[in-house]
Formats: sequence, C-alpha cells, structure tokens
Amino acid sequence: MIKQSRQLLAGPYIVWIIGFIILPVLMILYYAFTDAAGAFTFSNVAAIAEPIHLKSLLLALKLGILSTLICLVLSYPLAMILNGLHIQKHSFIVFIFVLPMWMNFMLRILAWQMLLSNNGIINTFLQSLGFSGINLMNTQTAVVFGMVYDYLPFMLLPIYNSLVRIRKDIIEAAKDLGANNVTVFFKIIFPLTLSGVISGIVMVFVPALTSFVISDLLGGGKVLLIGNVIEQSFMQGMDWHLGSGLSLVLMVFVLVSMAFMNGKGKDGEGTAVW
Amino acid sequence: MKRKLCMLALGIAAIFTLTACGSSDSKETLTVLNYGKYVDPEVIEMFEEETGIHVDYEEYVNPEEMYTKYKAGGIDYDVICTSDYMVERLISEGEALEIDFSNMPLKENLDDSYFEFSKAFDPENKYSVPYFFGTVGILYNTKMVDASEVQSWNVLWDEKYKDQIIMANSVRDTFLVPLKLKGYSSNSTNEKELQEALKMLEEQKPLVYAYLVDECGDEMIAENAAMALVYSGEAAYAETMNPDLDYSVPAEGSNMWIDSWLIPKTCKNQENAEKFLDFLCREDVAMKNFEYVYYATPNKAVYDKLDPELQNDKTIFPDEETLNNCEIYRCLDDESITLYNNLWKELKAK
Amino acid sequence: MVKKSIERIYLILIFLFLYLPIGVLIVLSFNNSKSRVQWGGFTLHWYQELFRSRVIMEAFYTTITIMLAASIIATLLGTMAALGIHAMKRRGKAIMLGATNIPLLNADIVTGISLMLLLIRFTRLGVNTVLIAHITFNIPYVILNVLPKLNSLSPNTYEAALDLGATPFYAFRKIIWPDIKGGVFSGFLMAVTMSLDDFSITYFTKGAGVNTLSTMIYTEMKKGIKPEMYALSTILFLIALILLLLMNYRSSKKSSEAVSRI
Repeated sequence: MIKQSRQLLAGPYIVWIIGFIILPVLMILYYAFTDAAGAFTFSNVAAIAEPIHLKSLLLALKLGILSTLICLVLSYPLAMILNGLHIQKHSFIVFIFVLPMWMNFMLRILAWQMLLSNNGIINTFLQSLGFSGINLMNTQTAVVFGMVYDYLPFMLLPIYNSLVRIRKDIIEAAKDLGANNVTVFFKIIFPLTLSGVISGIVMVFVPALTSFVISDLLGGGKVLLIGNVIEQSFMQGMDWHLGSGLSLVLMVFVLVSMAFMNGKGKDGEGTAVW
Repeated sequence: MKRKLCMLALGIAAIFTLTACGSSDSKETLTVLNYGKYVDPEVIEMFEEETGIHVDYEEYVNPEEMYTKYKAGGIDYDVICTSDYMVERLISEGEALEIDFSNMPLKENLDDSYFEFSKAFDPENKYSVPYFFGTVGILYNTKMVDASEVQSWNVLWDEKYKDQIIMANSVRDTFLVPLKLKGYSSNSTNEKELQEALKMLEEQKPLVYAYLVDECGDEMIAENAAMALVYSGEAAYAETMNPDLDYSVPAEGSNMWIDSWLIPKTCKNQENAEKFLDFLCREDVAMKNFEYVYYATPNKAVYDKLDPELQNDKTIFPDEETLNNCEIYRCLDDESITLYNNLWKELKAK
Repeated sequence: MVKKSIERIYLILIFLFLYLPIGVLIVLSFNNSKSRVQWGGFTLHWYQELFRSRVIMEAFYTTITIMLAASIIATLLGTMAALGIHAMKRRGKAIMLGATNIPLLNADIVTGISLMLLLIRFTRLGVNTVLIAHITFNIPYVILNVLPKLNSLSPNTYEAALDLGATPFYAFRKIIWPDIKGGVFSGFLMAVTMSLDDFSITYFTKGAGVNTLSTMIYTEMKKGIKPEMYALSTILFLIALILLLLMNYRSSKKSSEAVSRI
C-alpha cells in the first residue's frame, strides 16, 4: 500500500509527460503525414529517399559515427588515466569537464574558428615556426572537430563513472589469481564499463547526428547535414510538413538507440552522467 | 549541505536583485521585427524615453525566416522591416496595412527617387517606407586581386582563386550571379535557365571557401579570402576596417535591394507604429542609424550632412549608372520558390 | 617513467583542447579592438559597456531567470517522479523510463519544433513557452541522477523506520533524503548547465523580444559579435569556476576535519 501511494508522487510528472512530451510527438506525426491542404500523405516521410535528403542523412551519419568513434577513442584512455589518479572527490573531475559548458558553446566554436582559420592564431604560430599552415576551416573535418569538442564530456563522464565504481578488490583478486594486465582489462574492466560506454555512445551519436549549429558555424555553408535540411525546411523553406516528415525519420534513430540502451543498461543506471 | 544550499539561495537572490534593475513597468508596447543589428540600440532607447512606449525588439537573419516567424502567428508584430521581394509578398497576401503618411511629417526627409524605385514592389507607395538600400557586388582584396579582374562576374570562377572565394549563403543572391552571366533575369522562374545556373554553381563549388552572409565582412577583413559576394553595406563596413579592400559591381549587372518598413495587420496600435516610423526619418535619428549600420540611406537630410568623401563613396552610395544596371528582386510564386529551394539544396549537398 | 609522462602529456593536451577556446575568449574580452584577430591593448571598456547595455542585461536576466526557475521546478518534479518511479513495478518503470528518455535522446530540433507546434495552438510564444520547454528537457536529467541513488538504497531501512512508528515524511527526511540529496543536487546542477547552454530548443520556442544569451549570440554571429558578449561570458565562466573551487575546498576541508577529529 505504501508503495502505491509513493507511486502517486510521479503523478505530476506523468501529466507533464503527456502534455509536453507525448503531445508534441503527436503534433509532429500530424504534420508529417499531412500536406499543406490537410490531406493525408506519405510524401513527407518518403522524402527522405530523395537524393538530396538521403545525401544529407548519409553525410550526417558519416560525421556522427566518426565523431562518436573519435570521442570514444579519446575518452576511454582519458577515463582510465583519471581513474588512476585516485582522486577522492569524483565530482571534481566531473566539474572540470562540465565547466566549459558554462561558456556558451557557440562562442567556444567561434573561438575555434579564430584559432583554426587560415590567418588564425594557430596558423600564425605554425607559420612563424616555419611549418606550413593547416587548412581546416569550412570542411567536413572542421565540423567533426567541432562535434568532438562539444560532445567529448558526454562520452567521458559515463565511462569515468562506471570505471570508478569498479571495486579495487576485484581487480586485485584477478591479479592474485594470475591474470596479467591485458586479461584484467578485457575480462573485467571493459565488460564492467560497457553500460557506461553505451551510454556515452548514445549521448554523443544522437546529438551529433542531428546537430545543425556546428555544421552551420564551421562548415561554411558547404556541409549540409540532415539537421540543416530540417532547420531550413522550418525556418526558410516554410514547409513544416516536409520538416516534420524528415524529423520523424530522425526519431526512428532515437527509438532504435533507446531500445539498444534499455537492453544493456539497468534501471537507467548507466545513463547517469555524474 | 544545508549551509551550501543557503549560500546558493543567497547567491541566487543576489543575482536576481542585480539584474532586476532592468525590468520596466510599461503601459504601451511596440513590437518591432527587423534584421540583426539594423537599428542603433540607442535609437530604441531614445524612442522609449521620448514617447514612453516600450519597444520589444526582435531580430532575424534572413527574410524567409522572418516570414516563417510571422506566419507562425506566435507573436503580434507592430512594425516589420524586410527586403523588397518579401515586402511584395506580404503586400500581395494582404498582410500589410496602408500607412497614413499624414501621420508621418518627417517622411519629407526621404528622397523621392527611392519611393520611385520602391514602386517595383509597392506600386502605389501605400504600404512601405524605404529604410536602407544598396547593391550586391564583389568585395575584393586589392593586394590579391586586380581591379580590372572584378569588372565581370567571371572572376568568381577563376581557378587562380581556388578556396579564396566566398559566395552568399542566400539562394537568390548566389543564383543572381550565374543568371546575370548568362544574360537572364535574376527573377527568372524558367526551369531550364535555373538548371543552367545550378550547373555553373556546381562547377564553382570546389573553388568556394565558404557560403556566408554577413560574416563575409569579418572574413575579408581577416584576409581569409580574396573576394566575396556581398551587399554594398557590408563592403562599406569592411573597407573601413581594412583599407586594402575595395568593392565592384560587375558590368553584367547585379541586384539593387531596398529594405523597407511596413505595418503588418497584426499591429495593435497603428498610431504608435507610425510614430516610430516617423521617428526613424528624423534627421538626428537617421544619422545615428546610418553611422551604426553604414548602409546607403535614402534620407536626403542625412546625406546632405555627410562629408563629400562619404557622399562620393561609390561603395556605400552607388551611382545612377550602376543602379540602372541593377534589377530589384521580385517575389516568386510558391512553385518557383520550391524549385529554387530544391536547387539550392542540391548545390549544398554536392 | 615513460608511461606516467605520456599520461601526463595526454591529460595536458586534452585540458588544452577543452580550455584553449575559453582562454581565447577571456583574452578577447579585454581586447581594446573590435577585431577578432588583432590585439589592440588591454581594456576594461567592454565590461563597462556590458552593464550599460539594456538589451544584453535583459537577455542575461531572462537567461538566469529561466535557468533557475526551470531547474528548480524540474528538480522538484523530477525528484518526486524518481521516488514514484522507484516504487513502481517493472513494466511501469520501463514505460516511465522510456518516456523520460525521449527528450534526452530526441534531437534538439525535433524537441524544440514539436513543442513550438504544440504551444502556438494554445498561446502566444514568450518567456513562458521557453520555460516550459526548458523544464521538459531538464526533468530527465534530474531523474537520471536521483534514480541510481535510490536504487542503491536498501529498501529495508525505510520499511523498518515505518514499522518503528515514523511517519512517511519523517522517514523520508531522515533516511532517504540524506542518501539521495547528492543526486538531487547534481541533477539540479546538470539542469542549470543544460539550460544555460541550450540554443536549439530556446530558438524555436521563444517569443518576440525574448532573448537568452544563446539566441542573442546566434543572431549576432552573423554580423559580428559585440565584445560585450565576451565580457559577459567571461564573467559567467568565472562565477562558475569560483563556485566550483569553493565547493571543492569546503568539502575537502570538511572531510579533513572529519579525519582529524578521529
């Protein structure tokens, strides 16, 4: 009985979910499946198969996967090093990586623009040392760079959190039983951090796939991702139906990731970023 | 833990009181929708002080976005400033209210010839008041490019300038160039002509450093590129920051743009809207705006007060010959807009 | 040893990667030239201009108000929700967690646009609509920070307290709260951070004249950012930094005091 009345505590939230999460999704469904005259149509959703849109989706997938992989490769060793520092206050580490978010991310990307551009700070520095400059701006590379920069904390923190929870005595026990470092890693550490890794992958891949601001700022108008197409349909093309149809396609990716996560994580434990 | 929370709460309260100084208790409000950085903020403050009307100022980046915002109906705008073809669209859709010019005595300050030009989109001059005008042309760095080269749009396809060319991140301004090169109208809705234009742009894409709008100015100042397709006002600003830059409107012809104010039918108080528009025509106010925005002003009173050097600056104030070689954008029908948008997406996705 | 120095270098590189742009922005806030690439000398001019600029201060006020209001409300709703979800059976839990994940995993654009599409049917866009949007995407962060803490609690202690005659509220206060308050606090901070930095969702749900720092910066990006924005961002960043150091210092003092008392 007590449990039931406690469940009521979630009541207000349930109302909120229905009002502001479910209903908006229904709105998108409505706009996606109707056209300007209000008639039912599949064309908005089918539009994803049009060459232009397909191209932008594939490009977004490519850059998204690339960014996610780079984040993973950078974060895992980083998490292990940080874990090795045996800092008592884990939240301190978390703060260090969350702190940059307190400076607006567009400004930080702008700063990278200044650093990386042809006559920017880094190039000036390199050229004064005699190296040829780097020509990164307004390319897909720049966009990936921006994505990795923006999302790295989201990959690092879940992995770090799961690493920290591994009890030292398990590792010691394994070593006592004769396992070398490599075996310890593959048989014990990595499997135990898997939920953190998955959480990190999802928290990076989905935003990377759907971003439009980064490609806007660093792509010089040359990198058209599915996020840009959707944003343009709403803000410039004035075609909300097309935009909603394409958004539905994106949401499918969301559902797939959710299913994936629900399978591996337990009770949302792995998804805690702190 | 409790003490931490108390400190946090105190800190929050402190921030609140600090920033709450900005809040105003207004009676009347005027909601303005305009391009970004197109009115000197001090002008807004002056208006508020002189009339007691509070101004809610909203900005947008391009006309299509403005149209979407407006049509979404989320907000009731009182005055809107936008470009020629968009003004035309709003008028044709019945969204604009007729302006009672008898409430705007200071309209006298505006040069009539710009009302003449405005007839292209506002045939009876009933709905709009010109604000700034200019041309589209090539901003180039004289250290890297010779003046003789930029007399034709062809220079934007010159392999010599690979990765040094900036085109506009705006569908009509970028399509303007190949259309003019081929001798077509910049208002063409002919699919064959547009496909030819697209082909040219696709050939050009590998040479393009970036597709930018107003950021061009800063990029050219920083010398990150040799030339850019820009609005004359942007060029004027860039020239003041980097004297090596110059501007040219190629011989094949270009676009003349006029940004005007109109009163949409969602206006809550037309009298206040007209007060605001009249206020903007006042000489000291228009002068402030001119100095802030640095685009060509149709305001005679301001022009007469400028230094001869400025008056003769061809970048800001194009001469008659140039203007006559320019076309004003017309509003296109929905089908053509979709066509343009699809071609634009194709170009971007390539 | 080699391994240690490699690790050290790697840490430094990552640190540089994260904080270099921030350093650039801080330096620029003192730059006596509007140009982004030329140094014109040291000045505090922009900081003065900042406090005089009504538009920026309004945007700042809006940002802080929304940030705090949304986070506080989200924390309340979220904590309550977490308590409720924790008490549910498997199926109910799965559904609730699924719904909670939607705003988290959904693209920013889709969340922003869908909320806009819904809200314009009922009301004009304004600060309130932005607030609703922010609360919506903040609650999941709170829940996902509180729930793990609840899960690691032993269910028996609470039951025992009730058996011994404690009212549910008293039991909550003395037994559950001390263990979850860390999660609640970190959920709150997460919500604050996400609200502060959000752009896409605010962009679609705001009304005329409503600007948060993010949306203001976005419109300004095209025409050149006012250096006052660099000054404001520097101030915000330094506030966050100081709070961080303070909190760290206090709790390490506490734990060292606790140790010395033994």
